[in-house]
Amino acid sequence: MATIRIPTPLRTYTNGETEITIKGNTVGEALHDLTTQHVALKQHLYNEDGKLRAFVNIFVDGDDVRHLNGESTAINADSSLRIVPSVAGGLVYQHIVNMRKSQ
Amino acid sequence: MALYLPEDIYKQVTGNLIAAYPNEGAGFLIGKVRDEQRDVCMILALHNESETNEARNRYKIKANAYVEAESTAEKHDLDLIGVFHSHPDHPAKPSEYDREFALPWWSYLIVSVYKNKVDHATSWVLSDNRDHFIEELLNIE
Repeated sequence: MATIRIPTPLRTYTNGETEITIKGNTVGEALHDLTTQHVALKQHLYNEDGKLRAFVNIFVDGDDVRHLNGESTAINADSSLRIVPSVAGGLVYQHIVNMRKSQ
Repeated sequence: MALYLPEDIYKQVTGNLIAAYPNEGAGFLIGKVRDEQRDVCMILALHNESETNEARNRYKIKANAYVEAESTAEKHDLDLIGVFHSHPDHPAKPSEYDREFALPWWSYLIVSVYKNKVDHATSWVLSDNRDHFIEELLNIE
Protein backbone atom coordinates (compact mmCIF):
# COMPACT_ATOMS: atom_id res chain seq x y z
CA MET A 1 0.00 0.00 0.00
CA ALA A 2 0.98 3.62 -0.44
CA THR A 3 2.68 5.50 2.36
CA ILE A 4 2.62 9.11 3.52
CA ARG A 5 5.38 10.87 5.43
CA ILE A 6 4.25 13.11 8.25
CA PRO A 7 6.14 16.36 9.01
CA THR A 8 7.69 16.68 12.47
CA PRO A 9 5.11 19.07 14.02
CA LEU A 10 2.17 16.85 13.07
CA ARG A 11 3.64 13.63 14.47
CA THR A 12 2.17 14.47 17.83
CA TYR A 13 -1.15 13.44 16.22
CA THR A 14 0.17 10.15 14.77
CA ASN A 15 1.57 8.75 18.01
CA GLY A 16 5.01 9.78 16.85
CA GLU A 17 4.84 7.76 13.63
CA THR A 18 6.82 9.26 10.77
CA GLU A 19 5.33 7.19 7.96
CA ILE A 20 1.77 5.90 7.72
CA THR A 21 0.38 3.27 5.36
CA ILE A 22 -2.70 4.57 3.60
CA LYS A 23 -5.45 3.28 1.33
CA GLY A 24 -6.98 5.00 -1.68
CA ASN A 25 -6.77 5.49 -5.42
CA THR A 26 -6.31 9.26 -5.27
CA VAL A 27 -4.56 11.76 -3.05
CA GLY A 28 -7.92 12.86 -1.66
CA GLU A 29 -8.90 9.30 -0.76
CA ALA A 30 -5.51 8.71 0.84
CA LEU A 31 -5.84 11.86 2.96
CA HIS A 32 -9.33 10.80 3.96
CA ASP A 33 -7.95 7.46 5.10
CA LEU A 34 -5.12 9.21 6.97
CA THR A 35 -7.52 11.51 8.84
CA THR A 36 -9.78 8.55 9.61
CA GLN A 37 -6.84 6.72 11.17
CA HIS A 38 -5.69 9.85 13.01
CA VAL A 39 -8.74 12.03 13.49
CA ALA A 40 -6.98 14.91 15.28
CA LEU A 41 -4.88 15.59 12.16
CA LYS A 42 -7.91 16.75 10.21
CA GLN A 43 -8.26 20.24 11.70
CA HIS A 44 -4.63 20.99 10.89
CA LEU A 45 -4.81 19.76 7.30
CA TYR A 46 -8.24 21.13 6.33
CA ASN A 47 -9.94 24.46 6.98
CA GLU A 48 -13.57 24.96 8.05
CA ASP A 49 -14.66 24.77 4.39
CA GLY A 50 -13.13 21.33 3.97
CA LYS A 51 -10.29 22.67 1.77
CA LEU A 52 -6.64 21.89 2.37
CA ARG A 53 -5.10 24.70 4.40
CA ALA A 54 -2.87 27.13 2.52
CA PHE A 55 0.29 25.86 4.19
CA VAL A 56 -0.36 22.20 3.36
CA ASN A 57 1.55 20.90 0.34
CA ILE A 58 1.16 17.30 -0.76
CA PHE A 59 3.88 15.67 -2.80
CA VAL A 60 3.49 12.37 -4.65
CA ASP A 61 6.78 10.71 -5.57
CA GLY A 62 8.46 14.10 -5.30
CA ASP A 63 5.93 16.12 -7.31
CA ASP A 64 3.66 18.79 -5.83
CA VAL A 65 0.07 17.74 -6.55
CA ARG A 66 -0.80 21.39 -7.29
CA HIS A 67 1.12 20.83 -10.53
CA LEU A 68 -0.71 17.54 -11.14
CA ASN A 69 -4.43 17.04 -10.51
CA GLY A 70 -4.61 18.24 -6.94
CA GLU A 71 -6.49 15.91 -4.64
CA SER A 72 -7.72 13.98 -7.71
CA THR A 73 -4.15 12.93 -8.53
CA ALA A 74 -4.07 9.17 -8.97
CA ILE A 75 -1.84 7.08 -6.74
CA ASN A 76 -0.98 3.39 -6.64
CA ALA A 77 0.29 0.88 -4.11
CA ASP A 78 3.88 1.99 -4.66
CA SER A 79 3.22 5.70 -4.32
CA SER A 80 5.15 7.64 -1.74
CA LEU A 81 3.28 10.69 -0.47
CA ARG A 82 4.63 13.44 1.71
CA ILE A 83 3.04 16.34 3.60
CA VAL A 84 5.36 19.35 3.40
CA PRO A 85 4.31 22.51 5.24
CA SER A 86 4.87 25.95 3.77
CA VAL A 87 6.41 27.94 6.58
CA ALA A 88 5.27 31.56 6.64
CA GLY A 89 4.08 34.36 8.87
CA GLY A 90 4.67 37.97 9.71
CA LEU A 91 3.02 41.29 10.35
CA VAL A 92 0.75 41.27 7.30
CA TYR A 93 -2.31 41.69 9.48
CA GLN A 94 -1.94 44.15 12.29
CA HIS A 95 -4.54 42.45 14.44
CA ILE A 96 -2.98 40.75 17.38
CA VAL A 97 -4.49 37.36 18.00
CA ASN A 98 -6.08 36.25 21.17
CA MET A 99 -3.24 35.34 23.46
CA ARG A 100 -3.19 33.47 26.69
CA LYS A 101 -0.27 32.99 28.96
CA SER A 102 0.59 29.41 29.65
CA GLN A 103 0.45 28.36 33.22
CA MET B 1 5.96 24.39 27.60
CA ALA B 2 9.36 26.06 27.72
CA LEU B 3 12.00 26.91 25.15
CA TYR B 4 15.62 26.87 26.28
CA LEU B 5 18.07 28.79 24.14
CA PRO B 6 21.80 28.95 24.87
CA GLU B 7 23.09 32.53 24.80
CA ASP B 8 25.46 31.86 21.88
CA ILE B 9 22.66 30.44 19.74
CA TYR B 10 20.39 33.36 20.67
CA LYS B 11 23.14 35.67 19.39
CA GLN B 12 23.14 33.74 16.10
CA VAL B 13 19.37 34.23 15.87
CA THR B 14 19.47 37.95 16.61
CA GLY B 15 22.49 38.48 14.36
CA ASN B 16 20.58 37.01 11.44
CA LEU B 17 17.46 39.03 12.19
CA ILE B 18 19.37 42.29 12.53
CA ALA B 19 21.07 41.57 9.22
CA ALA B 20 17.62 41.11 7.65
CA TYR B 21 16.28 44.44 9.02
CA PRO B 22 14.21 46.32 7.88
CA ASN B 23 12.81 43.11 6.38
CA GLU B 24 11.60 40.14 8.34
CA GLY B 25 14.12 37.38 8.83
CA ALA B 26 13.38 33.76 9.66
CA GLY B 27 14.81 30.32 10.18
CA PHE B 28 14.38 26.95 11.84
CA LEU B 29 15.09 25.90 15.42
CA ILE B 30 16.60 22.43 15.77
CA GLY B 31 17.03 20.66 19.06
CA LYS B 32 15.87 18.14 21.61
CA VAL B 33 12.54 17.60 23.30
CA ARG B 34 12.36 16.63 26.98
CA ASP B 35 8.81 16.31 28.24
CA GLU B 36 7.45 19.88 28.26
CA GLN B 37 10.82 21.45 27.44
CA ARG B 38 12.61 22.10 24.16
CA ASP B 39 16.36 22.73 24.06
CA VAL B 40 17.64 24.50 20.95
CA CYS B 41 20.93 22.99 19.79
CA MET B 42 21.34 24.69 16.41
CA ILE B 43 19.55 27.00 13.99
CA LEU B 44 19.17 27.19 10.23
CA ALA B 45 18.81 30.80 9.10
CA LEU B 46 16.96 30.99 5.81
CA HIS B 47 16.40 33.41 3.00
CA ASN B 48 13.05 35.17 3.18
CA GLU B 49 11.39 34.18 -0.10
CA SER B 50 8.72 36.90 0.07
CA GLU B 51 8.53 39.38 -2.78
CA THR B 52 10.72 42.43 -2.17
CA ASN B 53 7.77 44.73 -1.50
CA GLU B 54 6.30 42.26 1.01
CA ALA B 55 9.43 41.21 2.89
CA ARG B 56 9.12 43.99 5.45
CA ASN B 57 6.00 42.42 6.94
CA ARG B 58 6.02 38.82 5.78
CA TYR B 59 8.33 35.85 5.68
CA LYS B 60 8.04 32.76 3.56
CA ILE B 61 10.25 29.69 3.48
CA LYS B 62 10.23 27.37 0.47
CA ALA B 63 8.87 23.85 0.85
CA ASN B 64 12.17 22.31 -0.21
CA ALA B 65 13.92 24.28 2.57
CA TYR B 66 11.58 22.56 5.02
CA VAL B 67 12.53 19.13 3.61
CA GLU B 68 16.24 19.94 3.86
CA ALA B 69 15.86 21.25 7.42
CA GLU B 70 14.06 18.10 8.55
CA SER B 71 16.80 16.02 6.95
CA THR B 72 19.51 18.10 8.67
CA ALA B 73 17.82 17.63 12.04
CA GLU B 74 17.61 13.86 11.55
CA LYS B 75 21.27 13.65 10.53
CA HIS B 76 22.16 15.20 13.90
CA ASP B 77 19.70 12.93 15.73
CA LEU B 78 17.67 16.02 16.62
CA ASP B 79 14.18 17.33 15.88
CA LEU B 80 12.88 20.32 13.99
CA ILE B 81 11.31 22.02 17.00
CA GLY B 82 10.26 25.41 15.72
CA VAL B 83 10.70 28.58 13.74
CA PHE B 84 12.16 31.96 14.59
CA HIS B 85 11.29 35.21 12.87
CA SER B 86 11.45 38.95 13.44
CA HIS B 87 8.81 41.64 13.73
CA PRO B 88 10.61 44.77 12.50
CA ASP B 89 9.56 47.86 14.47
CA HIS B 90 6.68 45.96 16.09
CA PRO B 91 6.20 44.02 19.33
CA ALA B 92 7.07 40.34 19.53
CA LYS B 93 3.45 39.24 19.53
CA PRO B 94 2.03 36.81 16.98
CA SER B 95 -0.19 38.25 14.27
CA GLU B 96 -3.29 36.75 12.72
CA TYR B 97 -1.19 35.83 9.70
CA ASP B 98 1.25 34.03 12.00
CA ARG B 99 -1.67 32.04 13.39
CA GLU B 100 -3.12 31.12 10.00
CA PHE B 101 0.15 29.57 8.91
CA ALA B 102 1.16 28.12 12.26
CA LEU B 103 1.73 24.43 12.83
CA PRO B 104 0.87 22.80 16.14
CA TRP B 105 3.52 21.63 18.60
CA TRP B 106 6.26 23.89 17.21
CA SER B 107 7.77 26.75 19.18
CA TYR B 108 7.46 30.11 17.41
CA LEU B 109 10.25 32.38 18.61
CA ILE B 110 9.49 36.02 17.70
CA VAL B 111 12.11 38.74 18.05
CA SER B 112 11.15 42.40 18.00
CA VAL B 113 13.77 44.43 16.13
CA TYR B 114 13.44 48.20 16.50
CA LYS B 115 15.65 50.48 14.43
CA ASN B 116 18.16 47.75 13.75
CA LYS B 117 18.41 46.68 17.42
CA VAL B 118 16.84 43.79 19.28
CA ASP B 119 14.16 44.98 21.67
CA HIS B 120 12.73 41.78 23.15
CA ALA B 121 11.84 38.18 22.30
CA THR B 122 8.95 35.88 23.11
CA SER B 123 8.04 32.29 22.27
CA TRP B 124 4.62 30.85 21.46
CA VAL B 125 2.87 27.55 20.74
CA LEU B 126 -0.35 27.21 18.74
CA SER B 127 -3.34 25.92 20.69
CA ASP B 128 -4.70 22.49 19.71
CA ASN B 129 -7.86 24.05 18.29
CA ARG B 130 -5.78 26.57 16.31
CA ASP B 131 -7.66 29.63 17.57
CA HIS B 132 -4.91 31.27 19.63
CA PHE B 133 -1.28 31.15 20.60
CA ILE B 134 -0.10 30.27 24.08
CA GLU B 135 2.99 32.04 25.32
CA GLU B 136 5.64 29.66 26.65
CA LEU B 137 8.55 30.29 28.95
CA LEU B 138 11.61 31.50 27.03
CA ASN B 139 14.84 30.84 28.86
CA ILE B 140 18.01 32.32 27.35
CA GLU B 141 21.09 31.29 29.29
